[in-house]
Formats: sequence, structure tokens, C-alpha cells
Amino acid sequence: MTSVRDWIDSGRHAVAERWHNAPRWMRWAVIAAVVVFFYALPNREFYQWLGPIPTTGSNFGQVLFTISIYVLLAVGLNIVVGFAGLLDLGYFGFFAVGAYTVAVLTSPSSDLKTLWPWLLALPVALVLTMISGVMLGTPTLRLRGDYLAIVTLGFAEMIRVAATSSEFLKGQRGFNQIPHPPGTHSDGSPVFGVLDPRPYYWLVLTLIILVVLGVRNLNRSRVGRAWISIREDEDAAQLMGVPTFKFKLWAFASGAFIGGLAGALFAGKQNFVSSQNLELLNSIIILAAVILGGSGNIVGAIVGGGLVAYMIERFRGIEVFGIELYEYRFMFFGLVLVIMMIFRPQGLIPNRRRAAEFKDRRKEVIVGG
Amino acid sequence: MGETVQKPTVPEQAGAPAVESTSAGREPLLEVDHVTLRFGGVVALNDVDFTLYKGEILGLIGPNGAGKTTCFNAMTGIYQPSEGEIRFRGERITGKKKHQITKMGMARTFQNIRLFPEMTALENIQVGADAHHKTSVISALFRLPRHRREERDGIEKAERLLEFVGIPNRMHDAARNLSYGEQRRLEIARALATDPVLLCLDEPAAGFNPAEKEELLQLIRKIRDQGVTVLLIEHDMRLVMGVTDRIVVLEFGKKIAEGLPAEVREDHRVIAAYLGVPDDDVA
Repeated sequence: MTSVRDWIDSGRHAVAERWHNAPRWMRWAVIAAVVVFFYALPNREFYQWLGPIPTTGSNFGQVLFTISIYVLLAVGLNIVVGFAGLLDLGYFGFFAVGAYTVAVLTSPSSDLKTLWPWLLALPVALVLTMISGVMLGTPTLRLRGDYLAIVTLGFAEMIRVAATSSEFLKGQRGFNQIPHPPGTHSDGSPVFGVLDPRPYYWLVLTLIILVVLGVRNLNRSRVGRAWISIREDEDAAQLMGVPTFKFKLWAFASGAFIGGLAGALFAGKQNFVSSQNLELLNSIIILAAVILGGSGNIVGAIVGGGLVAYMIERFRGIEVFGIELYEYRFMFFGLVLVIMMIFRPQGLIPNRRRAAEFKDRRKEVIVGG
Repeated sequence: MGETVQKPTVPEQAGAPAVESTSAGREPLLEVDHVTLRFGGVVALNDVDFTLYKGEILGLIGPNGAGKTTCFNAMTGIYQPSEGEIRFRGERITGKKKHQITKMGMARTFQNIRLFPEMTALENIQVGADAHHKTSVISALFRLPRHRREERDGIEKAERLLEFVGIPNRMHDAARNLSYGEQRRLEIARALATDPVLLCLDEPAAGFNPAEKEELLQLIRKIRDQGVTVLLIEHDMRLVMGVTDRIVVLEFGKKIAEGLPAEVREDHRVIAAYLGVPDDDVA
């Protein structure tokens, strides 16, 4: 078993080393190829060549949309958990705030009857989720570790219970006829329709790219260093002049912003939002995705979010000995997590600090040789 | 004799002219003004009173458990004194946030190294340099000129400081991969990156061999020559005697002596505190 691990490890080291040795243009070319691949992915002409990868039990474009929402959420939660080291078990609450704000402002079933277009409701939803992040963070970010986890868990539950029982938020009946994002083709048919999930996927994919660029900029700045110093040693960070509370609040607000964006996009695609969308399980799945991918690494979060959502969807429609595998999806999922924790607790793609170590090992070899 | 024990200022009086010549006309930088610190029934610091002048190296010594680190922690804002107050550059620091005290110009290292282990040496120092930076989410998100300027400043500072403490080739190594001695040096560099007026070193030579201690001595002198005042907590008497301008001795949370190294070395209470001479012999 150890030898297998060594073999995998050495392979990964080689890949990482190659990556860091590669000239800049080559890295950009690889990234561009990956981006093109994912833009092309939902087209049948393209994915029919990919063998067993496309899902069989459901529309692959729809599955890709779901996956992209999970990826967006994982990137957002990675800021809070991966960078700043704040264990947030209620991250899905921000998704709910985003989705419900859009629903209340746009749906004809809402008591407000404002009937705003989706695009107008979006910025309001983003601002409101950020405010909810700050409101949750201000009293709770003085807590550490387990306590913070419990309070955030309570936050998500509060939102779920409010959505279920409040007349204003319509409970399980929910809000329907939420408008789609705007835009029409040249022939007058809407870009974002009911039948074709692909435009939504492309929209989310584009936003993921923008969000990732933003998060990467934050990570490579004073802000990112402050977050990581808080994760590593909060007391030492304070004594080195880091205003820890302020930056923890920023981590919460940034994470909330991305969660709210995902929620608003989901509402715009689905037409329908109800309290049934708000299971606690969702928060746990996203957290699991971040940990699986490699807490503290943006690429890790993307891979983790994608893999987890894909694994769940992939089981749909597969029968083994007359048992629908989809029913057991979470068991498999749990099994994978347990195996991960044993063999690779740092996640599939660990954080960037270790990448820096490879770089230096290389330098030492050069000096030594 | 019992009476003089109650009045800890006696050794200073004995060496009055010499002490005057080093501290007179100098600006007080840090004033620990009759500070008492209690934890429940335990008195950790009992009416400790001393002043640190600009440009000097002051040694804070005492046997284990004498309250040296507690005193440090009170100065850097971790503990609030129960009585008395601490003034830094004439300003009360009681009630100030820790990062504000750092910004005022006080930096410290830790007895048990507390670097950010997963961050590189460069990033550790950048965190220190960031104490005076203003880049926040918006500037960082859009990579505005301020962000670029401050990044450049941090990197330049890191290069300069790693050279200064003698580990220039470790810039891109994760802090936890550095050797013990290098980690100690990196901690000093990180503290210096906050542009301190006062640098507090908490047992920087712990675990060092004589050669390393000698190098550390030179480094501390070099820091002082840059115009930084140094407060040094140290166990190793030779090191303290070799580098400090003045020494304050604590025992059981009380100041028992203060003065020039030569005076303190001769002070019988200090000898008693360190060697544990029975009370009869002291008297």
C-alpha cells in the first residue's frame, strides 16, 4: 500500500514540478485548453466521444449546471474554511439568502409583487448576502473553532426553519415563475430558456472564471496573507499587526457574496425556490468538497466541488442487481471521504505553500548539482 | 538588610553616577509604571516599575517563573494590568488592541517560536511588513497601484531583512522547513518588518550553542545600531552581561534589582535569587 502511495506521490510531484518549470505561455495555453474543454463539454457532438463520463440517467447539460453551482459554492467556502481557517457549517445559508432574495423580488407568488427582472434583483441579492455575512460574523467571529462551527450551523438551520414556516417565504409551496436572466437570440427566442440548460451552465462557468481570478488576486495580496496567518496562528497574527477581526469579517463577507451569487443563479435557472432546496446536507456536501479537493487551494476547491457533485449525479439511473445506486450515493460518498482521510488528509490538491516547497527542492537540487 | 530588600532601587543608587550617564537626557520609550497583575489569587507581577530609554539594550532577567514573559505579555497588550499602567512613547497602551500596539512601533518574538509554519519565509516577513500597509479587499481584488506598490515594498523589505539576519537563501522555504536557528532568525526578521522602535526578544538564544549565541549577540548589537531599542529576556547570564546596557531583575513577580550589568552581577540578592542562597546567608 505504501509503495502505491509513494508511486502516486512521486507522480504528483513530477506533475507539480513540470507545472512550475513550464514557461508562462505554456501554462496559459494549458489553462486555455481546459477552459475551452469545459465550454465545449455540454454539447452532444463533443461529449459523445467521452465514453462513460457523461451521465446516462439525466440530461448531461443539466448535470453540468448542477456541478458548476457546486464548484462556485466550493470556491466561496474555500475562502472561509481553506484560507481563513474558520469552520463554517452553515455556508448553504448564504446560498438560501441569495436565492430567496431573487425569488421574493421577482416572483409573482411573492407578497411584494415587485416583479423585478432577474438582473435587477441580482445586485440586491448580492448586497443582502454580504450584509447577512457581516451580521452573522460580527457577533460570532469572536468565537473560535468548535463554537463558531455550531453557531454557523444554527444560522443555516434558522434560515431553513424561517423559509419553511414563514408565510412571507411561502414554505414548501415556494415561489414559482422566477424570471430567467435576460437576453435574446437574433431570431427573438430567449437565450436562457426552459428547455436548454447549456446557456445557464455557460453563464455559471464564465462567472466561476471571474470569481476565481478575483479570489486568486485576493489570495496573493495582503488580504490573503492576513487570512492564512489567522489560520496558522491567530494570536501571533494579531501581534504582528494583523487586524484579525476585520479580515475574518472580510472572509465571511467574500464567501457570502459568492454563495449568494450561486443562489441567485440557481433561482434564475430553476424558476422555482422552496424550503425543500435548503437541506442541511448541502452545507455538509460543500464542506466535504472543499476538504476533498484540498482545503486552502483554489484549484483543489474546484476539483473537489466538481467531483463531489459529479459523483452524486453519476449514480443516477445505474442499477446493480436491481438496486438503484443513486439511493446509496451518500454511502459511497462517505466511503470515499473516509478513504481520503486515511490516505490523503491534506486533500487531492494541497494548498499553495506546498507548491512553493517543490520549487525550493528544485533549487536545492540545482545548487547541489 | 531586610529593609533594603523592600526597597529594590538601592543598587541603582549605588551606581547612581554611571546610570545617570547612560539614561539622563534620554527620552523614555517604555514606562512600566508600578504594574501589578493578578490572576485570581496569584500575583504574577507585583508593583513592577522600570523605564526603558530610547536606544538602549535592556535585559530583563530572573529565575524560571519570575514573571518575565508575563511582563512581556502585559507590555504587548495580551494581559491588562490590574493596577498601574504601561506607557509606550508617552501613550497609555492599556485597552489598546494588539495590532494597534504593533503599529505604534512595538514588535516581539516568542519564547516558543510562533511563525506561520505553512507560509514561506518571504510571506512571514510580508505579514510583518503589512502592519503598515493599507491594501484591503478592493485594491487587492483589482490589483490597484497601492497593492502593487505595497507588494513591492514587502518583497524588498523581506530581501533586506533576510540578508540582515543572515538567511538570504531561505526566502521561498516554508517556515516549518527551516532549521531551529533559522526559525529564530526569521522570527526576528518578521518582527523587524513591522518597523519597530522597540523590539522585544523573548529568550532568543534558547537552545543555541555558544557559537550561535555569539552570532546572536552580534545581531542584537546590529539591530541596536540601526536605532532600534531592544528589550531582551534571557536566561543565559553571559549573553545578558555581554550585550545589555542595563539590566532589570525580577523574582517572584517583583523587581529585585536594576542597574548596569557589572552592578547587577555583584548584587547579592540577584546572586541569591539565581543560586538559591539560604535566607540566613543573605542577611
